[in-house]
Amino acid sequence: MLDSADLSDRIAEIIADHQGLEGPLLPILHAVQAAFGHIPQPAVPQIANALTLSKAEVHGVVTFYHDFREAPAGRHILKLCRAEACQAMGADRVAGAIKAALGIDWHETTADGRVTLEPVFCLGLCACGPAAMVDGRLVGRCDASVVLEVSA
Amino acid sequence: MKIYVPLDSAAVALGADAVAEAIVTEAARRGVTIELVRNGSHGMVWLEPLVEIATDAGRIGIGPMTVADVPALFGGIARHPKALGLVENLPWMKGQTRLTFARVGVIDPLSLADYRAHGGMVGLDRAKAMSKAEIVAEVTESGLRGRGGAGFPTGIKWKTVSEAPGERKYIVCNADEGDSATFADRMLMEGDPFTLIEGMAIAGLATGAAKGFVYIRSEYPVAIRIMEAAVRLAREAAILGAQFDIEIRVGAGAYVCGEETSLLNSLEGKRGVVRAKPPLPALEGFMGKPTVVNNVISLASVPVILAKGAAHYKDFGLGRSRGTIPLQIAGNVRFGGLYETAFGLTLGQIVDDIAGGTATGRPVKAVQVGGPLGAYHPRSDFATPFGYEEFAGQGGLIGHAGLTIFDDSADMLAQARFAMEFCAIESCGKCTPCRIGAVRGVETIDRIAKGDAAAIPLLTDLCSTMKSGSLCALGGFTPYPVLSALTHFPDDFTPAKEAAE
Ligand SMILES: Cc1cc2nc3c(=O)[nH]c(=O)nc-3n(C[C@H](O)[C@H](O)[C@H](O)COP(=O)(O)O)c2cc1C
Ligand code: FES
Repeated sequence: MLDSADLSDRIAEIIADHQGLEGPLLPILHAVQAAFGHIPQPAVPQIANALTLSKAEVHGVVTFYHDFREAPAGRHILKLCRAEACQAMGADRVAGAIKAALGIDWHETTADGRVTLEPVFCLGLCACGPAAMVDGRLVGRCDASVVLEVSA
Repeated sequence: MKIYVPLDSAAVALGADAVAEAIVTEAARRGVTIELVRNGSHGMVWLEPLVEIATDAGRIGIGPMTVADVPALFGGIARHPKALGLVENLPWMKGQTRLTFARVGVIDPLSLADYRAHGGMVGLDRAKAMSKAEIVAEVTESGLRGRGGAGFPTGIKWKTVSEAPGERKYIVCNADEGDSATFADRMLMEGDPFTLIEGMAIAGLATGAAKGFVYIRSEYPVAIRIMEAAVRLAREAAILGAQFDIEIRVGAGAYVCGEETSLLNSLEGKRGVVRAKPPLPALEGFMGKPTVVNNVISLASVPVILAKGAAHYKDFGLGRSRGTIPLQIAGNVRFGGLYETAFGLTLGQIVDDIAGGTATGRPVKAVQVGGPLGAYHPRSDFATPFGYEEFAGQGGLIGHAGLTIFDDSADMLAQARFAMEFCAIESCGKCTPCRIGAVRGVETIDRIAKGDAAAIPLLTDLCSTMKSGSLCALGGFTPYPVLSALTHFPDDFTPAKEAAE
């Protein structure tokens, strides 16, 4: 865990790397999330200050987009496609079985902190659904056995 | 020995990376020297991972490959149990007219030499010798319409930006591709990124814009990686630089950011809420400056139009739908994937002949055309030719040309409910008919499901409010899937349904 001075140093670095861009906020937030796994609370005023935005504006952006999370996720992130082409191949059934196996619903993390389950609306794998993404790895024609990949 | 293994996301999702690794290991074990090329996909997803071996006669395909099939690659290709013969001779490939996707699957996506050897940069070279007005006229003459969904003539949009006053202008490529059943943008960016770069550079010349952005959804990690690498290579080769440069930007998981004004807000670092139009983005777009916003396929179709001339492109198609369209055939489908063809095939030809019906082998019940905002079509619509006006005439739209096939186990009430739920989840919140209407829509459909027939007229009323009162097509077009499901599949909405089950 970083202490707060390290945290603000790292965030300052990220801001400096992107500040020259036109419309730097999303690239900064992506980089912060890549570094810390979520958007740590102190990042919001620090970014706001650097970009001369209000805290409310930065917070509004963080909460608008599904990708940004305000709290850390589980050790693994399992994303299952819920969109139509995957539905046509039984995605709802697969999702139901996975939720039952993990004992959690969408957006939840297992009590042991192992897996966070997220819905996603299309991964562009619509001709080989149901589709999933396990910690960034793409899976086509997936079934409930994908949970085995997040068992550790 | 030259071996191709696709890097395309669909191929990777079906095991291509493991196959590529196994090929390298097996070759080393046997002391065979190989050249491994990670290419794009030819679009036959049911054959992925489709490995190819270059021979004197052409490229022999072997697929769908597993790691266990690798050793046999080294013992006489033609005898491999999964050998398919020459890929270019497969019926799926022979039936197509590949203009925009001519190089996808064929070349090494990150080799500029390969790109040039297969006709790349001819369009840009020609554009460099033309005036702005001549380039715009050529694109207009081709009949190219926006492939992102709305079908607006690309040349007319460019003309507006070209003639708009101001020093600073932008080309924004919409690579948000959020619609279910669509993956053409992804396949093009992964399989032939220089075509998009070339198209954007031509748009820059035509309008006087010096800067371009490609806004790619975060759900596409492979496309992001390949586009970033391609932009770097193009800079090194001075194709991009002082005169026109491109920056890759990544979305953050909001469907509505595919809507052009929401996308511009997102690029500027704001919440992705929809802007009221006017002003048109062509006049006041990114940072308030004149901006072309075009879909990936619109921009990637420009190089071939410039290279072969507007007339060549325009000769394909029907009615006011000119040129070719990359159909993306998805869902419960036997032969799914990308199929580029001139406009004009009927829905039935696409679903029954090309796609071979469902994967489950059961009858086709419905086909959703045009993504989550497109209508569900029953078999009785199968004579409809694929074209903008033709689908509009059937109460539908072609959108980004995705088709989702459902077999007879589909519950159309559940599909209508999902359309409303999706709209509620993804609404940007700016206008009430969309934000509140979609939530009410879910509740109303739940009442119908419980047997409350009186809720059906409420649903149709609600749909007409959403249609006429929403700020953008998210709320405005959600009624398409809902009402088409209700109209064409009324049995799924009757109270008798549960009793019968
Ligand atoms: C809710 C919504 C989502 C959209 N998503 C996309 C998208 O993912 N990609 C796209 O190119 N156009 C999308 N569009 C259409 C764009 O607003 C716009 O028409 C298009 O980018 C213009 O480019 P074109 O003329 O080349 O099609 C969407 C529209 C709406 C209303
Ligand atoms: S609909 Fe699931 S990947 Fe496209």
